[in-house]
Amino acid sequence: MTEPSKTVQMALRVNRESVEATVPVRRNLVDFLRDDLGLTGSHVGCEHGVCGACTVVVDGAIMRGCLMLAVQADGCEIETIEGADQSGRLAALQAAFHRRNALQCGFCTPAMLLTAAALLEQNSKPSRDEIRDYLSGNFCRCTGYQEIVDAVAEVAGADT
Amino acid sequence: MNFQAPIGSSLPRDRAKRLLAGRGQYVDDIQLPRMLHLAFVRSPYPHARVKSIETIDAVAMPGVARVVKGADLVGVVSSWRGTHNLFPGLKAPEQHVLAGDTARWQGEAVAAVAARSRAEAEDAAEQIVVDWEELPFVGDAEVALENGATFVHDSLGSNQAFAAEVKQGNTELAFQDAHLVIERRFRFNRHTGVSLESRGLIADYDPSADRLTVYQSHQTPHQQQDLYARLLDIPEQNVRVICPDVGGAFGLKHHLYPDELAACAISKLLERPVKYIADRFESFLSDIHCRDHTVTARMAFTQEGDIVGMQVDDLFHAGAYSQYPRSSIAEGNQIIRLCGIPYRHEHYRAAVRMAYLNKSLLGHIRSVGHPIACAVTEQLVDLGAKQLSLDPVAMRRRAYLRDEDFPTTSPGGIALEHLSFHGCLDRALERIDVDAFRREQAQLREQGIYRGIGFATFVDLTSIGPEYYGEGGQHISAQETCLLRLEASGGIRCYTGATDQGQGIDSGIQQVVAGVIGVPVQDVKVNSGDSELCPVGGGSWGSRGAALAGEAALRAGQELRRNILNIAGVLLQKVPELLDIRDGAVVDATSGAKQLALAEVAQIGHFRPYMVPDNTPSDLTVTGRYASRDRMFLPANGLHVAILDVDTDTGLIVFQRYLVVHDCGRLLNPLLVEEQIRGGVVQGIGGALYEEFIYDDDGYLCNGTLADYLVPMAAEMPDIEVEHLETPTATSELGAKGAGEAGTTGAMGAVLNAVNDALTPFDVTLSEVPLTPPRILRALGKI
Ligand code: FES
Ligand code: FES
Repeated sequence: MTEPSKTVQMALRVNRESVEATVPVRRNLVDFLRDDLGLTGSHVGCEHGVCGACTVVVDGAIMRGCLMLAVQADGCEIETIEGADQSGRLAALQAAFHRRNALQCGFCTPAMLLTAAALLEQNSKPSRDEIRDYLSGNFCRCTGYQEIVDAVAEVAGADT
Repeated sequence: MNFQAPIGSSLPRDRAKRLLAGRGQYVDDIQLPRMLHLAFVRSPYPHARVKSIETIDAVAMPGVARVVKGADLVGVVSSWRGTHNLFPGLKAPEQHVLAGDTARWQGEAVAAVAARSRAEAEDAAEQIVVDWEELPFVGDAEVALENGATFVHDSLGSNQAFAAEVKQGNTELAFQDAHLVIERRFRFNRHTGVSLESRGLIADYDPSADRLTVYQSHQTPHQQQDLYARLLDIPEQNVRVICPDVGGAFGLKHHLYPDELAACAISKLLERPVKYIADRFESFLSDIHCRDHTVTARMAFTQEGDIVGMQVDDLFHAGAYSQYPRSSIAEGNQIIRLCGIPYRHEHYRAAVRMAYLNKSLLGHIRSVGHPIACAVTEQLVDLGAKQLSLDPVAMRRRAYLRDEDFPTTSPGGIALEHLSFHGCLDRALERIDVDAFRREQAQLREQGIYRGIGFATFVDLTSIGPEYYGEGGQHISAQETCLLRLEASGGIRCYTGATDQGQGIDSGIQQVVAGVIGVPVQDVKVNSGDSELCPVGGGSWGSRGAALAGEAALRAGQELRRNILNIAGVLLQKVPELLDIRDGAVVDATSGAKQLALAEVAQIGHFRPYMVPDNTPSDLTVTGRYASRDRMFLPANGLHVAILDVDTDTGLIVFQRYLVVHDCGRLLNPLLVEEQIRGGVVQGIGGALYEEFIYDDDGYLCNGTLADYLVPMAAEMPDIEVEHLETPTATSELGAKGAGEAGTTGAMGAVLNAVNDALTPFDVTLSEVPLTPPRILRALGKI
């Protein structure tokens, strides 16, 4: 019989609120956010770093929540789709996604929004090709990607 | 009737707003008190005897509530066979939730652990020791049908599961006399749906009420309700299946999976909620896959380019069992009926054989059989054109069924209403100047750039009628019912048996109801995905929602409208025919002057019903019901055109343009149809270029992660132009046909033809998909 897994105490900020938690060392960040904090807007599509559905913002940078252990977020500032939505910083992207139907099932969508917002922070006028490249770590099975690209381009004020 | 906005308007979806805010609720987002999590022990071998399963260490692991073997579920859950009564020749072996003494595919579950968390369940599953005895396996359909092959199921006495043939005219004679016969052997390799949200469910059995509630990522809640009731022996009225937000489905979520039924059985056994979410590796291993067909096909031509006939032989397999409840024959069975369907021809013979072998199950995934029939037909047409020195466009123009040919029954036996092959081609040629393309192509070739154009004409058999599963013996509804309820405030609640996995059928139905009654779209709230609250229906699959659930909604809307006007007529002392409903108010039909708010009518109907004479129809809760009559399918049609470059040094493909001209009859919402078609194209391109399960010589799946099973990402995908033609079906009032699979149906054929067109100077023809760089380079003799 194996030992029950070890736990560690940590403190962090999630969506501008302080959180203290005791987590098993093996728990990854996205499971911690979803299962322990009820932040179910971040999704799990592969658990091996390919699909991008688990994207969250850690200290200002987008990260794959399945590739990071929860304990590595000790002392970090985390933002998930719930926080980004409430802050209003995604409003223009969300409106453009809605208007253009840049989502179907919506499972990839929170991560797409956070990723698109990160692109626009670095490059306020990306070309369509740059948008496609930047979003290429986020798998969407439902849309043809085109409306997502159009929505991001629209917010960037580029020609669509 | 007069179709008014919002029917046909490009409106965004209500549901999308929640999803954009991260407020979606997918099944893994739901937690119930006392819930246990399941992990399975699955066979690592394609074929093995289970000599013993040792569970002592696992039982003692932290958090473990129960370790379950097949024997523990005897009496809790029944077995099944994936038969189909329309095809009595189909041999279907008995299947159980957990394999007994023999595992017949890599990934078949033999035991399960229920524990407090998934992690603890997995820890314990690792401690289960199975004594396996590897058995010889069959990994290939051809080998499976050879004499002396190992049997996958001894009880069947053969690996041949099914065979069928369709015939018209005399192909032997016709082919002898033909000017030209083209023959090709095609390979369509194995891939699957890869919904981003994997399969999953929570089963919650309450023994005090003998009640089972299942939250499941699924397309067909009523089908599941029936199956769970029968297989778990629970009164059906006590079973409720709720499909919350579903993160993509594509056909892989409209089956019964043994692991999902096991979760329900274990909930019944343990009398606690049980959650099972497939992880990505389990998904690749155990989701229903599709294709894996070898097709040999011949097409005969006259000198002028008319098609004389076609011969088709398809060999495929079901995996280890026949999928349940729909059975596994449809992919092959569609192929033998669909080949050559857009073209005039007299002589047709198509045969299919289906084998069992030691792989996970193959079955229905988006666009069952269609992409194969389309690719086979369209490549043969292109090759025929080339041999006859005809332009592929001119060839199609000549050989397509013509307007005056409809209605007709195809040589494969499919009844066709009016289809718009010529209209689609005309529209495509308005967008693409093929002569200019040929000039550009010739110039580019001089620079070593190999650009090609590929056309793929298709027919989509949408909105299957009730005879197929009704006569087949499956409890699957092809009938739809819509329930409408006018609230006292004047708002309308709508309940449909169709389900929405993101394609937007909720919005389509909302628009139909709003348009038919005459209220603003936001006054209608659509509810779906709940087998208890929604009227019995088929859910969403096979491009059926708009045509079937849409027509039911239209009928319900007409009845509610009539009843509202009846009540208004009594109140206003006018005949209802002189009244209309516009923008949510009862108005004078001629002057348009507002007479009554809908709320005023509703309040009379609900609270002062005595004001309306008894014999005046005035129900404010109504249903509309629709099932097609005397037709198996509602065929829709379209054309894909791909323009792409093939890099002859790397074998990589870069799209230049992609156009779909599609005719799905009356469009409920072009915005939604277009993005659904684009998504379908991208999925089809996945199958045409990237997606393929690879097995090694020992029958093991080698690429069970998203890192090595390649799916299309944004950077490689083209912008996709979508054009619509609208030829409404005369079989319903709404006139809609299905649209959900049209993107996938034509993509493989268009890409295949474009690649071969690009490679014309090298005199090679590729007929195997996906067209991976090694396959292209091998064909070019570069590797
Ligand atoms: S779940 Fe993290 S990348 Fe797929
Ligand atoms: S909308 Fe379904 S995966 Fe992107």
